[in-house]
Amino acid sequence: MSATDTPKRSMRTPLGRVRNLGAAHSGTSDFWRQRLTGVAMTLLMIPVLVIIMMLLGRNQAGAKQILGSLPVAIIMVLFIIASAWHMKIGMQVVIEDYVHNEKLKLTAIILNNFFSIAVALASIYAILQLSSGV
Amino acid sequence: MQVYRWTLTMALSIVHRATGIALYVGTLLLAWWLIAAASGPAAYAHVQAFTGSIIGRLIVFGYTWALMHHMLSGIRHFVWDLGYGFKANEREALTWGAAIGGIALTVLIWIIAYAIGGGR
Repeated sequence: MSATDTPKRSMRTPLGRVRNLGAAHSGTSDFWRQRLTGVAMTLLMIPVLVIIMMLLGRNQAGAKQILGSLPVAIIMVLFIIASAWHMKIGMQVVIEDYVHNEKLKLTAIILNNFFSIAVALASIYAILQLSSGV
Repeated sequence: MQVYRWTLTMALSIVHRATGIALYVGTLLLAWWLIAAASGPAAYAHVQAFTGSIIGRLIVFGYTWALMHHMLSGIRHFVWDLGYGFKANEREALTWGAAIGGIALTVLIWIIAYAIGGGR
């Protein structure tokens, strides 16, 4: 944003405006969490691939037995939480980079949050239901 | 943008985003699969019929590649975040490593999958 775009004239310098928590006023927490969840998924990748390999060629009863076992369920839930969080932040970065209309941008960010949370909760609910034997 | 000469690192940066977006949309498939497993045999058979079809296999194959590529490309970003690998030859090596490694891991995973599942 150039100086002419700012709605009110201010004595503050561009640097002063972005100091501390930056232009988004939320600091670097998303940057940190993006990396944290990335490391988590990288570490979980081999166990998750092993689980998927175990499920190949099995019917629903077999899949239920494997996905419902405690260690598998925990690994899957951790992977789902890390994925949903990571993709929510990643998509927000893409939206902020390419969508410049303020209203459209906010709408897209809201929908991004809804999508990521819905996918995560639906997946976690399914795992919990498989684990509880309902 | 036309003033820039295309470089490998630029191309891979776009691919990192594109695979990220593909993986984002693909989580619908993951959620559908888990919900079907929780719903019962009929719903699960639907998912298996889809993933077993030619289109389904292509999508899951593409998803495997997107995941492996995005992971290795992401590890490359971790190396850069830690302050290493910025020399011209290191940059290129990391980027080629992610590009080739992503394809190699995808093929390896599918060979193992076919060996175990007998092509499902």
